[in-house]
Amino acid sequence: MSAKPTFSHEISNLMYKSHGNPTKSCIQCGTCAGTCPVAEYMDQTPRRLIGMINANLKEEVLASNTYWFCASCYHCTVRCPSQIDIAGVMYAVKRYSIWNKSYSEDLVGPAFSEAFVKIIARSGRSYEPILAPTYMFSMEPKEFVQEAFNATKMMLKGRIPVLPTRIKHIKNFQEMIRRIIPIGGES
Amino acid sequence: MKKYALFPGCSLEKMAASYYRSSVETTKKFGVELQELEDWNCCGATTYSYIDELLANTLVARNLALAEKEGLDFVAPCSACYKNAYFTNKYIKEDPDLWEHINYALEQDDLQFHGSIEVYHIIDIFAKEIGPEEIKAKVTNPLNGLKVAPYYGCQIVRPRKNGEEFENPQFFEEIIDAMGAEPVDFAERLRCCGASLIMTNRQAALEMVRVLLNNALNSGADVIATACPLCQVNLECYQTAVNEEFGTDFKMPVLYFTQIMGLALGLPRKQLGIGSELVSAAPIFSQVMVKEGK
Repeated sequence: MSAKPTFSHEISNLMYKSHGNPTKSCIQCGTCAGTCPVAEYMDQTPRRLIGMINANLKEEVLASNTYWFCASCYHCTVRCPSQIDIAGVMYAVKRYSIWNKSYSEDLVGPAFSEAFVKIIARSGRSYEPILAPTYMFSMEPKEFVQEAFNATKMMLKGRIPVLPTRIKHIKNFQEMIRRIIPIGGES
Repeated sequence: MKKYALFPGCSLEKMAASYYRSSVETTKKFGVELQELEDWNCCGATTYSYIDELLANTLVARNLALAEKEGLDFVAPCSACYKNAYFTNKYIKEDPDLWEHINYALEQDDLQFHGSIEVYHIIDIFAKEIGPEEIKAKVTNPLNGLKVAPYYGCQIVRPRKNGEEFENPQFFEEIIDAMGAEPVDFAERLRCCGASLIMTNRQAALEMVRVLLNNALNSGADVIATACPLCQVNLECYQTAVNEEFGTDFKMPVLYFTQIMGLALGLPRKQLGIGSELVSAAPIFSQVMVKEGK
């Protein structure tokens, strides 16, 4: 028994059994790549990324934008003939890259996700106006204007919250989170 | 009157308030009461799972435990909330260790998960609990001639739950048919709208929206019916951005299926939250109103 788990084992270990077969069962058929609506924007197709995971090409996998561009639509998952939860694999690599801060610098997804989870841990509910800065400042000027324009139109239609809402027993809620992730001291 | 715990999720508080209203008003017509779950928390969308899967399941389990405390089955109109709730409910029951750990955390909030309730999407309530026959019987204003694109999106059919059809589902078409409207042959109806990529990868998301709008238009639809707030916002609120980006001229109304259902049930538009669209739904009303008059 080897002392150090391989990268593909590390990724498999990040998933519950309910997420289907391990990536090792991939037959490289490419159904996922043919199905994925975002594949043309990815630097590696899902099929290639799984092949790279199985070959333990850790650096190359983590440097790829593929897993952060996955929109979690599960089209690959339901079609995979080897019953691999491919969207679940993408989630696992995202977690791995967040924990190790090893994602590509120019991606918006990681900062957005971290900000989102922090808001929830603080108030229990999401609040769009706090989230906007995590992605808006990384946008092209044209996109920034587009986003601001859209937000204004939505606000005029009463579709943007003015004040954040929060749940009632926020202390209990935070204590609950501490039993899962020991943030800010003992659990 | 059958009662359910309604899990609105963050979107239905404001951005998709019309989905909330139309869900409550339309189900009421069938003797179904949706009572908002007291003190619910955010389901985590996809992002909790990007950080920690145990945390993701725990936060969802809290909502399930709250509904259990009230003895009510759980209904979510947002597809992402529904998927999270459905699968957490399933995963915990399949994994005693996960169950134990989650209950250890929930204890801090005086809650426990018992696994005693069912999780539904609002469309399940219409498709399975009420059923097309009963819908047909209650329709007072059949939407004859209205061509509706049934946009399933992802999470009401994926990931697969109990081996049900995921390549060619028909339940959305059956509901539209029951309203007296015509479900068009919308080939891309199962394709993703881009979801949160609209914030994290604008280019990819706008292209995904363009493909859907284009396909709906070519299929002859007057309106796209959605069952998810994120789909609605991407398809509707970003239509101008798509037009700017690709030089297109889409003016495709995108309504929640519950709003269209409400029209068929003869409910006033205001009660269905109609009027908060960024792409006017007015073109479809000339058709609907003709029938209101008779």
